[in-house]
Amino acid sequence: MVMVCIACGNNTKEDTTVTASEVIEDKTAVVSPGEGPIPTVDYDGLEPYLTKDNDSTYVVNFWATWCKPCIKEMPYFERIQAEYAKEKVQVVFVSLDFPDKLNTQVIPFIEKNNIQSKVILLDDSDANSWIPKVSQEWSGAIPATVIYKGKERKFYERSFSYEELKKEVTSIL
Amino acid sequence: MKKRYLSIVLFLALVSVAVLSSFKSIQPAAVSNGYTIGDVATDFKLKNVDGKMVSLSEYKDAKGFIVIFTCNTCPYAVASEDRINALDKEYKSKGFPVIAINPNNPEVQPDDTFAKMQEKAKEKQFTFPYLYDESQSIFAKYGATKTPHVYLLQKEKGKHIVKYIGAIDDNVRDASAVKVPFLANAVDELLAGKEVSVKETKAIGCSVKQ
Repeated sequence: MVMVCIACGNNTKEDTTVTASEVIEDKTAVVSPGEGPIPTVDYDGLEPYLTKDNDSTYVVNFWATWCKPCIKEMPYFERIQAEYAKEKVQVVFVSLDFPDKLNTQVIPFIEKNNIQSKVILLDDSDANSWIPKVSQEWSGAIPATVIYKGKERKFYERSFSYEELKKEVTSIL
Repeated sequence: MKKRYLSIVLFLALVSVAVLSSFKSIQPAAVSNGYTIGDVATDFKLKNVDGKMVSLSEYKDAKGFIVIFTCNTCPYAVASEDRINALDKEYKSKGFPVIAINPNNPEVQPDDTFAKMQEKAKEKQFTFPYLYDESQSIFAKYGATKTPHVYLLQKEKGKHIVKYIGAIDDNVRDASAVKVPFLANAVDELLAGKEVSVKETKAIGCSVKQ
């Protein structure tokens, strides 16, 4: 098991630069013009990011700029995005910052930390309606992460180290 | 013959490892799940911002309690402060006082120290006890995963029965846009001698800092 993981890690590092263009292409496809660098969506707008049925593996992470454990684990998601792009892994950061903080906190944070993965802001105040749609297991605490490929789906209400995240992502590839 | 014996021993060893490891994985999950509706909630003795220890058992006349795990720092907790004060003012006289508990470890979240709790309580003129779960044992027993996280308890034959778990209402960001005040509705139903109709709700919150 460990051998397999080490093998994938080595393979992907070499190919990171090649696949970067694919990722960018996909990003532009999802963002419609005029939405700005970080589109703001309600749950109906978020749902397509949670239900794509193709051969890509999606890692959807719920976070906020004020959430310390979220900020701490973001570089691990960025690394997964870079190292596993060839295996069609796509990371999506869903910000739960209050919408009035988009320009003052979220966008500056993304720029300062040079976040490469896709970022969207979820503006949907009725959390009791949409939290169970993301996962029945979710109490609502963040960080929380959905990892899915086609119909296979896992939910995590927890923080990750890089190794832990890599283990979960590679288990579903 | 020896080989067969060895393979049986090996097999038994494997089985016992499998059994033991499955126990290991079940136990923490059972603890972290905490209370569900109908469970008996534990009493506690925790330090209030005024330095005195507070227990549920001191409230002889209370019909129940609005226990809210909250903290100084989480934007969702901060957005709820005025509402928590209002809930206490409304329901303390009716027999359901608010008891707020900070579950966070200040070593992880430096703005959640006891001193900062005292400042917060003074600044926001909290009308309710704001307790420090110093050993971080009470939130774990209740199963609170985040701040704010509400447990509505009703006294029944001297026991504190969990009647509602979840959010204060359906719009944490904007009190004026609330459509359904889940918690107030639940307390009103208990006061009217009815069963709580919406027993559990979900809300975004900051994970408890351990």
